[in-house]
Amino acid sequence: MLSRKSSTGSAAPAVLFVIVLLLLVGSTLYFHIAKTWWFPPSITPVGNQIDQQFFITFVLTGIVFVLAQVALAWMIFRYRDHGQKAKFVRGNHALEVIWTTITLVIFVGLGIMAARAWGEVHFGGPAPGALEVEVTGVQFQWNFRYPGPDGKFGRIVTKDIDASVGNPLGLDPNDPEAKLNPVSPDLYLPVNRPIELMLRSQDVIHSFFVRELRIKQDAVPGLVIPIHFEIDKTGDYEITCNQLCGLGHYHMHAMLHVMSQADFDQWEKKQWASLESGQ
Amino acid sequence: MSAHASPIHHSEAPKGWIRHYIFSFDHKIIGTQYILLGLSAVTIGLILSLIFRTHLVWPDAHIWGFANGIVSPEDYLRLITMHGTLMVFFVLTTVPQSGFGNYFLPIQIGAPDMAFPTLNMLSFWTTLLALLVLLSSAFVPGGSAIGGWTAYAPLSAVGQIAGPGQGLGETLWVVSIALFCGGSLMSAINFLGTTIDLRTKGLSLMRMPLTVWGWFITACLALLAFGVLLAACILLLLDRLAQTSFFIPGNLDVSGVVLHHSGGSPLLWQHLFWFFGHPEVYIAILPAMGIISHVLSTFSRKPVFGYKAMVYSLTAIGFLSFAVWGHHMFISGMNPYSALAFSIITLVIGVPSAIKTFNWLGTLWGGKIHFTTAMLFAIGFVSLFVTGGLSGIFLAQPALDLYLHATYYVIGHFHLIMGVAAIFAMFAATYYWFPKMFGRMMNEGLGKLHFWITFIGVYCIFMPMHYLGYAGDARRYSSIESVNYMIPLHPVHFFITISAFVTAGAQLIFYFNFFWSMGHGKPAERNPWHATTLEWAVSTPVPHDNFAGDYPVIYRGPYEYSVPGAADDYIPQHLAPEQVAKAG
Repeated sequence: MLSRKSSTGSAAPAVLFVIVLLLLVGSTLYFHIAKTWWFPPSITPVGNQIDQQFFITFVLTGIVFVLAQVALAWMIFRYRDHGQKAKFVRGNHALEVIWTTITLVIFVGLGIMAARAWGEVHFGGPAPGALEVEVTGVQFQWNFRYPGPDGKFGRIVTKDIDASVGNPLGLDPNDPEAKLNPVSPDLYLPVNRPIELMLRSQDVIHSFFVRELRIKQDAVPGLVIPIHFEIDKTGDYEITCNQLCGLGHYHMHAMLHVMSQADFDQWEKKQWASLESGQ
Repeated sequence: MSAHASPIHHSEAPKGWIRHYIFSFDHKIIGTQYILLGLSAVTIGLILSLIFRTHLVWPDAHIWGFANGIVSPEDYLRLITMHGTLMVFFVLTTVPQSGFGNYFLPIQIGAPDMAFPTLNMLSFWTTLLALLVLLSSAFVPGGSAIGGWTAYAPLSAVGQIAGPGQGLGETLWVVSIALFCGGSLMSAINFLGTTIDLRTKGLSLMRMPLTVWGWFITACLALLAFGVLLAACILLLLDRLAQTSFFIPGNLDVSGVVLHHSGGSPLLWQHLFWFFGHPEVYIAILPAMGIISHVLSTFSRKPVFGYKAMVYSLTAIGFLSFAVWGHHMFISGMNPYSALAFSIITLVIGVPSAIKTFNWLGTLWGGKIHFTTAMLFAIGFVSLFVTGGLSGIFLAQPALDLYLHATYYVIGHFHLIMGVAAIFAMFAATYYWFPKMFGRMMNEGLGKLHFWITFIGVYCIFMPMHYLGYAGDARRYSSIESVNYMIPLHPVHFFITISAFVTAGAQLIFYFNFFWSMGHGKPAERNPWHATTLEWAVSTPVPHDNFAGDYPVIYRGPYEYSVPGAADDYIPQHLAPEQVAKAG
């Protein structure tokens, strides 16, 4: 099978490999530089930090990607069987030590650099004066609950949950504080103010994701999970569910409306007023 | 170290056809059975993926077998759940290890059979039963499970109120996986016993082919990982059937039903599942790494570069693989401080993988490369492994996983590094060992055509998924129309679906080549690739009693190619020093 004759035809696969690998490298570089399909602009300081970490990782892995694929293409072409004798080499201890050390330093270095942005999102409590909003996932909808005028959240009772009578969260009808908690199917937030979201779920695991926030967090039944951030651009953004939660997972969708503090105050007052007049 | 003929392994083949080919104790038949089981599973899994890819870009397309011809959202989730389960368990876990490992491990170490032939047979039949239970779930009321191959609780735990398919369908899924764990545990014990006890004279650990090392370390991982998954499956079954609350917390209201569970933890399932699930990734890829090292060395006509570094890195991956499961759970709500530890260990496990890649390149360097189909797939593997490995560097950083988690980026990453890479190793193994298994050569021209379409095709399918991930496209969405920012991504999905059809079509070439060559291929010599390891020392096809009691003695390492001073460019492991022909 491996007669000397079959070896003469080996230029074609080598050339094909070179072409395909160069196309792979070229197209990958093109789409990352042209940003044909890309991240939307970030709207939080921590999002900018995450983008910076993305950039560093893109550059480092990009260099390794190009070098490795080109080296592979070069070796295939250079060492195709054209009648030469293979070198007899069992390995090289010094090389093993060098590439192990370099890889270790780069990989762990990246991990340490990335820890800062992670800490911004998850370590430390809410900033003073943060607006607290409770986010609840349920098959297949998000509900956002705001504190009453006194800044408090009322009691929730599972057996009182009944979306058909307008109580999707099970606000306790006997708790006066719960009565003044606005519940909205969309998320309204003021710009330039610390925000604390408390994530929970009524049934299965959901995951809260807004691309522009660069934050994704599961909402787990039985747990209340906090995330915090501060948004610096007004606008409308989409909220999706990112953890498989059942057949309607794909349309579990809401909007995030980021408005000025004055507009937000007005919106909040309107909510409270309608809750008070509804009694 | 000496080989003992095991009592149950008869030196003569059983007479009856059924005893010979169906209820066989012979490791070669069982290995072939595993390979055919995997081939059936991969065929079904592939067809399912074509259906859901079709549905994504042509939601109104009429497809045979679905109610009104339309794939509903729950059908879509059934398809992806079944696709993932079939591929991960019944293809990636089964074929490289239980299939090729069963066939070639005993031969490569100079043993008559696996250490426990009856257990071996039981492993296979348990695995087949697991597959049948899984497939049967498609025909029960409510259909098969929609919970994804990871079966996150409580969606998987609360029964049919969570959605169609979460009733009996999900129960059968759990039973199937529990059975599969049983089969894998038995198989792991067999691989360990065989490798430790049945090596022939002279075959020290550091003379074992890297394939054997791959299978050995994989068996260690399987023994430790599948036990945990089995326990998790039993707990999940109890939650489903006996109203326990291992994974179900209190105060749940699912579809208007208030549940009477309390005190369970949904995160516990994830910890148990991924404690299995991350070693599982290596269970799929370590045998592949062994096969690729083996094939690259043979067709570069060079020793594996850094053999010892290859063994140590395999072992390092084995150990570290049990300390990285948390990187699947960065956004799960687990303690955010532990995320940093999991992140660093995950990046560290990238180092032995990088060492392997460097050594593969080192093996090619200075070689005399023969472009057989097996070699093409091995080279393709290296390229895919580099690409898929580097995207892992992003996902290992929790700050970046915050954005990329559960997007198509993850799908692109793990299909390249775990799915397609392992499948390329299976193809390399098939083209490489087919002559020894069936006594005939596969057609090289068809093989090369198959390779090129597949190699270009898989990159066309999975590279664009990374770009979808940058744009935030979520996985497991049965429609890409309901989120505004996903709508402009439609052309990318279209391109992926077309690429998937072309790539799947190329597999028909493989099926034809595989089955046609069994009967009509060119008869194979004993050692068509001029390779060094023991499987090429036995006659072709391998007789029922591998060595007929005449066990070879091993004199040297496994990859003695192009040794200066020798007449041939390969020196088989079992050739006594005085028999080696000198050059000139």
